[in-house]
Amino acid sequence: MTPFKFSIADNPTAAIAALTKNDHAAFLGGGTNLLDLMKEHVTNPTEIVDLGKLAFKEIKNTSSGISLGALAKNTDTANHPTIRKDYPLLSKAILAGASAQIRNMATNGGNLLQRTRCSYFYDIAMPCNKRQPGSGCAAIDGFNRMHAVFGWSDKCVAVYPSDMAVALSALNASVKVMAQNSTERTIAIHDFHLLPNDHPEKDNSLKHGELITSIEIPKNNFAEHSAYIKVRDRNSYAFALVSVAVGLEMNGNVIKAANISMGGVAHKPWRATNAEQALVGKAAVLANFEKAAEAEMRLARPLSHNKFKIEMGKNTLINALEAAYKG
Amino acid sequence: MKQNKTQLTPEEKKLFGDLMPEDLEEVIHSGFNRRHFVKLMGLATAGLLASHLIGAEQLFARSLDLEEIPDLIPEAIENGVTVNFKVNSSLSKVTVDSRMTLLDTLRERIGLTGSKKGCDHGQCGACTVIVDGNRVLSCLTLAASCEGKSVITIEGLAKENELNPMQSAFLKHDGFQCGFCTPGQICSAVALMKEAKEGQASFITKDIREHRQGIMLSEEEISERMSGNICRCGAYPNIVAAIKEAQSGKSIEQSWLFAG
Ligand SMILES: Cc1cc2nc3c(=O)[nH]c(=O)nc-3n(C[C@H](O)[C@H](O)[C@H](O)COP(=O)(O)OP(=O)(O)OC[C@H]3O[C@@H](n4cnc5c(N)ncnc54)[C@H](O)[C@@H]3O)c2cc1C
Ligand code: SF4
Ligand code: FES
Ligand code: FES
Repeated sequence: MTPFKFSIADNPTAAIAALTKNDHAAFLGGGTNLLDLMKEHVTNPTEIVDLGKLAFKEIKNTSSGISLGALAKNTDTANHPTIRKDYPLLSKAILAGASAQIRNMATNGGNLLQRTRCSYFYDIAMPCNKRQPGSGCAAIDGFNRMHAVFGWSDKCVAVYPSDMAVALSALNASVKVMAQNSTERTIAIHDFHLLPNDHPEKDNSLKHGELITSIEIPKNNFAEHSAYIKVRDRNSYAFALVSVAVGLEMNGNVIKAANISMGGVAHKPWRATNAEQALVGKAAVLANFEKAAEAEMRLARPLSHNKFKIEMGKNTLINALEAAYKG
Repeated sequence: MKQNKTQLTPEEKKLFGDLMPEDLEEVIHSGFNRRHFVKLMGLATAGLLASHLIGAEQLFARSLDLEEIPDLIPEAIENGVTVNFKVNSSLSKVTVDSRMTLLDTLRERIGLTGSKKGCDHGQCGACTVIVDGNRVLSCLTLAASCEGKSVITIEGLAKENELNPMQSAFLKHDGFQCGFCTPGQICSAVALMKEAKEGQASFITKDIREHRQGIMLSEEEISERMSGNICRCGAYPNIVAAIKEAQSGKSIEQSWLFAG
């Protein structure tokens, strides 16, 4: 790691001020992604501001749903009684990620901001537009088995790795952030993460120095019929090749509402709107699940080594819909 | 930390004289202590002088006493941060370079070498320790972020001469081969007991919408929950048996037999 100044912020204003003053300063949540990237010299902040002493650790019911403190740990979030009971999809997705040790360290805010696991991004000897804008993309003609099938550009084909965010996308969450002078804004999760386009170095719409304070999830009627299915190279403790989060609202056997998001296929959680449209008002039967999966995956644009993700995406969509329907 | 005024040994004087003759007199007369000498030698090894220093390494290893290690000269520390925390129930105060991880601090500064460095990137679990009651990875934790916290390492699990029940269970069930991953496995397993008691769920837990405390874990649950600890020797079945026995308190048949 390159030398850096370290401080522990006493309050959000001080934390935000420190970053506003220094373009090369970074917040420290659990450190599970930041330290990893610093050890590899992928990122080299000159100053680290530890957020560990700040509030924003609470998980609380609100009039419109539930609010997750940005600094609450992933473990505490997944195990919160209300989350388990009313938002089981979120618990499942968090528990599908990383290991118990990492979830005990990882914060909700840090989880959303984790960076891609593209191996060329991690290897500073390789060209990568995300790490070094304008240097090229080693993956696009390289070994791109893990990479995107939706939404990529000729500048970057990386996928976004968070499982938690895939569930948050299916649950229509939003991200609350604080900037200088305690001004706050709320960003819908769908606008939070960005597709690569011409600027893959920008993962999200957060500005430097903005602090995530909470994640808000509106109430929903999905608790009875939701599922998170993650397909990976090992049984556990690996990133997704493809994952699917599904929340269904049923009216007898008829699907009243369907929210579906996919992980491991794009630069952000991929909201499967075509599959959703194919399901609303239809009976929850295998033939309709297959049609919906087909409708979504038909639009995929695979790279040279990841054509398998199309079939895998279809099957995972179907499995997740069946699992959600069964409850 | 107490000042150690140990003077240079004759061999060290000779070595220093060979390497930096112009500084020798000053160093001896200003009562330079061994710590500074060692530091200077350390810096010298980085440069041209390295080839002269064969054998010097052993010299240092021979006589540096443990208490001396945590007290580096301030100039040797970049962006120093002083951390007050509890390690295995004793208060510790150590000044570290801001870049130092908890793992390196435990091993290199405090002398607790039980926690192992496997991957150094969060992928193997060998560095697992328990911070404020929860298992975490010390390789991805900055020591500077541990102010006021309590850290338990493998060295802190036994009480006097009595092993922690999880340690005994690992011994009984042969839960290790080379032993490298074992301290992390055991710390992880000890923390897992608390997680099960609180009713924490894992990815494979059925009916997560219900919250039941004090769950007895199946073998599949134990494997899933221990998946952050990688063992290259493949001691998994025995590790799972050990945890099962420690959790149930019931003797579980050993899964191995002696030949013959
Ligand atoms: C071996 C390994 C396996 C993993 N497997 C998975 C997996 O399968 N699925 C998965 O989803 N994840 C996985 N992860 C990733 C892990 O979930 C993330 O590293 C973690 O969630 C990041 O949270 P953190 O609090 O540690 O973030 P940090 O590393 O502390 O921070 C990440 C980034 O967010 C910024 N930041 C942190 N908090 C805030 C805030 N409140 N406001 C503004 N900026 C902030 C930091 O400056 C930094 O840039 C894995 C990680 C490892 C090491
Ligand atoms: S896919 Fe994106 S992250 Fe990977 S090398 Fe190309 S530009 Fe970098
Ligand atoms: S050394 Fe920390 S997880 Fe491998
Ligand atoms: S016992 Fe050798 S790595 Fe586990």
